[in-house]
Amino acid sequence: MAARRLSWLLSRSLSAASGPDSLLHSLGRNSGGGIRKWKRFSTAAAVDEVIIPQVQIPYTQHLIDGKFVDSASGKTFPTYDPRTGEVIAQVAEGDAEDINRAVVAARKAFDEGPWPKMTAYERCRILLRFADLVEKHRSELAALETWDNGKPYQQSFNDELPMFVRLFHYYAGWADKIHGMTVPADGKYHVQTLHEPIGVAGQIIPWNFPLLMFAWKVGPALACGNTIVLKTAEQTPLTALYVAKLLHEAGLPPGVVNIVSGYGPTAGAALASHMDVDKLAFTGSTETGKIVLELAARSNLKPVTLELGGKSPFIVYDDADVDQAVEVAHFALFFNQGQCCCAGSRTFVHERIYDEFLEKSKKRALKRVVGDPFKNGVEQGPQIDTEQFEKVLRYIRSGIESNATLECGGQRLGSKGFFIQPTVFSDVKDEMLIAQDEIFGPVQTILKFKDTEEVIRRANATRYGLAAGVFTKNVHTANTLMRALRVGTVWINCFDVFDAAIPFGGYKMSGTGREKGIYSLNNYLQIKAVVEPLKNPAWI
Amino acid sequence: MTSLSNGHAANDSSPSPSPSPLPPPPFKIPPIKFTKLFINGQFVPSLSGKEFETVDPRTGEVIVKISEGRKEDIDVAVNAAREAFDNGPWPRMSGVERARIMMKWADLIEENAEEVAALDAIDAGKLFHLVKVLDIPAVAGAIRYYAGAADKIHGEVLKASREFHAYTLMEPIGVVGHIIPWNFPSTMFAAKVSPSLAAGCTMVLKPAEQTPLSALFYAHLAKQAGIPDGVLNVVPGFGPTAGAAISSHMDIDKVSFTGSTDVGRAIMHAAASSNLKPVSLELGGKSPLLIFDDADVDKAADLALLGILFNKGEICVASSRVFVQEGIYDEFEKKLVEKAKAWVVGDPFDPKSQQGPQVDKNQFEKILSYIEIGKQEGATLLTGGKRVGNKGYYIEPTIFSNVKEDMRIAQDEIFGPVLALMKFRSIEEAIKGANNSRYGLAAGIVTKNIDTANTVSRSIRAGIVWINCYFAFGNDIPYGGYKQSGFGRDFGLEGLHKYLQVKSVVTPIYNSPWL
Repeated sequence: MAARRLSWLLSRSLSAASGPDSLLHSLGRNSGGGIRKWKRFSTAAAVDEVIIPQVQIPYTQHLIDGKFVDSASGKTFPTYDPRTGEVIAQVAEGDAEDINRAVVAARKAFDEGPWPKMTAYERCRILLRFADLVEKHRSELAALETWDNGKPYQQSFNDELPMFVRLFHYYAGWADKIHGMTVPADGKYHVQTLHEPIGVAGQIIPWNFPLLMFAWKVGPALACGNTIVLKTAEQTPLTALYVAKLLHEAGLPPGVVNIVSGYGPTAGAALASHMDVDKLAFTGSTETGKIVLELAARSNLKPVTLELGGKSPFIVYDDADVDQAVEVAHFALFFNQGQCCCAGSRTFVHERIYDEFLEKSKKRALKRVVGDPFKNGVEQGPQIDTEQFEKVLRYIRSGIESNATLECGGQRLGSKGFFIQPTVFSDVKDEMLIAQDEIFGPVQTILKFKDTEEVIRRANATRYGLAAGVFTKNVHTANTLMRALRVGTVWINCFDVFDAAIPFGGYKMSGTGREKGIYSLNNYLQIKAVVEPLKNPAWI
Repeated sequence: MTSLSNGHAANDSSPSPSPSPLPPPPFKIPPIKFTKLFINGQFVPSLSGKEFETVDPRTGEVIVKISEGRKEDIDVAVNAAREAFDNGPWPRMSGVERARIMMKWADLIEENAEEVAALDAIDAGKLFHLVKVLDIPAVAGAIRYYAGAADKIHGEVLKASREFHAYTLMEPIGVVGHIIPWNFPSTMFAAKVSPSLAAGCTMVLKPAEQTPLSALFYAHLAKQAGIPDGVLNVVPGFGPTAGAAISSHMDIDKVSFTGSTDVGRAIMHAAASSNLKPVSLELGGKSPLLIFDDADVDKAADLALLGILFNKGEICVASSRVFVQEGIYDEFEKKLVEKAKAWVVGDPFDPKSQQGPQVDKNQFEKILSYIEIGKQEGATLLTGGKRVGNKGYYIEPTIFSNVKEDMRIAQDEIFGPVLALMKFRSIEEAIKGANNSRYGLAAGIVTKNIDTANTVSRSIRAGIVWINCYFAFGNDIPYGGYKQSGFGRDFGLEGLHKYLQVKSVVTPIYNSPWL
């Protein structure tokens, strides 16, 4: 999958300035006529004329109990186009009362049904129908996602929407395969485990992959028969409302999935501390994850899964194919504007190939096409908002001040919106802030290493443990590193290979629990042991 | 319950055969579209040019002539399946991609439910309205179930005892031969084909010579859905020729068979003397239904009757031995006979019918001969015992009492609407009686007592035990036999695993921080 995505990125970057694209024409209007050559690394506008997405914004209210409703307070907040910083739409702003209404609806839908009382096959069919509907609305959803988030439209349309559909097919298939066990006990007992839905799940998702994070959370919770209150990120509230509407069209009973838009300290906190929410799942920053866990502890001790930050090592050995490693390392960091929790943000390169690798990485970064994400061939759009934009620029300054070598980039791009030049630092030392903190932007830091023992120690010397990449042709090196790295995912000779079946999550302060795969079901199930005495059993 | 005025119910004491049970068919039977072998994505005549007749059991008349596959046709089909497995896209697709094609296939089958239901009804004498609402949606459901499993075939990473990194790969087993029976042409097709497709296998399927029509129709829809040529081949034909060619083929990696115990034995023998291919067999049964004193007698009688009469008794899990505890025996017997007399035998296209004709002349005559044997053995014929009408293969619901465990009607699989009723005193006696059989396919228990239910369910040597229900099948519920009812399981994830090979991969690991 990553390979496919890579080849797509490669071919697009090579032919970026050539040929019209049917998607572009069907989707957006380019008033300039023809394809412009964007100016790389200039201070001119990254986006001269903004392509207007051809998509309506049909839903801006909360979706509670199957109905779109205003906030109890009547308040709204703006969601912005990160290409320009201009307002796209005003969205209902949820607070404690809205969360409470949503929880009441979810509670009723769980306690009284029909959702948990349906057969698993019926739930499966609804999820399959939903996936079909999303496929039907693929271009609108991709456009809305890109508009709200700033990620390349081609990435939304070609990769993320199909993956979203894939995730729901996958979880639909699980619905009727959630098996308890019969258990051998020491004695004349018949013992079974029932895997029961946990109840009302509270879910708080981030802005970097609004639709995919929705699928990671909602898919397993629904497959297991739970009901849900989901809070979207305030930066990206639009697509969740759209797909949630489609879920209801597919036959989901009202109250099963409730979507509340709003901010963390208000709506998010209300959800995390709600006494009637049985489980909480959060994806976002480590700082917020701590608060969420505290709120859960102080309220009703609801179990929490956390998928948090990372500072993932990407380790390149001297026996690796350098060109391939450069390309994948570039992708590992810059994909999605560097806004990935698992971004390969510490590139460790073996000293024997360090110079070659650095030169090529710099060249590759300079070639990276930054611009209007609706434009065909653009690899990198704007950062999500002012806050992130400023934060990334601060880290770049910190890198320069701490005497790392700025190989390229380092500046904003244009004078409008939140575009940042692809930035590469070399001569990075482990103790520098840019090698310690999660920057969450297009800033690659390249470090040098000599041997395996050293690189394992340094790669593990972080408070995070989300992912790692290893590039080597040596099977022993690969086997040793796959076990030695204290991270939730190790990609060997690849990176960012995601699939519905592959579990994802963190060691250490990158979080707890796993999403996707069979493991994700555990987050949404209670296990009940049932014990009965046996009279004169034929065997035990 | 309505009974046919001219049906079996009215003539229990009458010595004369009742008139024909056939009302005019209310449903227009569609023209038969597919009558040739389906090999490598094409409908082709058999190499010999031979054909055989498939017969409407309502009348004994020929529906259509079907190309007769023989050894040479099986060879061609196996070559196609081999090529599709060794070099084709199917096993090389991700489970996700296979699942999407299978999902589409399921949708197509549902869209054509009426037509394919008619094929099974006319070919097997099954109740049209039941096939349409039960069998065909269940086919789509099974395909969807296994499509959903296609991307969930997990091996394991092992805890090796030394410095080794080891894991298991679950690989498709290869070219599968499926031989399916005529009693549930659609359900059996789905039970075999969908898990093996999900696993990434390719296959040659031989439907029963009595009921080749729906399998060919499904093959046509499979092609429409995008299942690549050569992956699913359907070769109608007879057991001693086509079936034997499959089970002794050197290039088939696995045989899955559902049918009689005698044929199962022959298949296993052929597999053993050819290439030692693993075999799974789902064979005959003589399944006990145990009804205890605390049962609701009326409901238990309904269950017992359905257990033997569903699908005309042509079901391997039929509750053909009913053991009733002495406290309720007399009341039970009375109710059972009343209900049997009210049971409606008639044209399978008539929505009022509860029981159609037996599948063919052979079965019809075999069942009638067992009824004679029962009488000769000294069992008491409580009701039924005769054919219904004078055309087609209809038989009255038949109940024997005073049956002894060693009588042939209590030991042999009759595969018809003939029930052997027995009395028991204690739970131990019931268990002993239930297990007194060379078969071990299914069992039913009717009781409100939790200890009785738990004890009996572990004591009975059978592959599925239904407590206060019967025929409770599900995609998720594996089923298959103990003893001479066979081995291996259909349905559930067990049904998928028999189409997988387990490969262990081991490599030394150096300097691992944990083992």
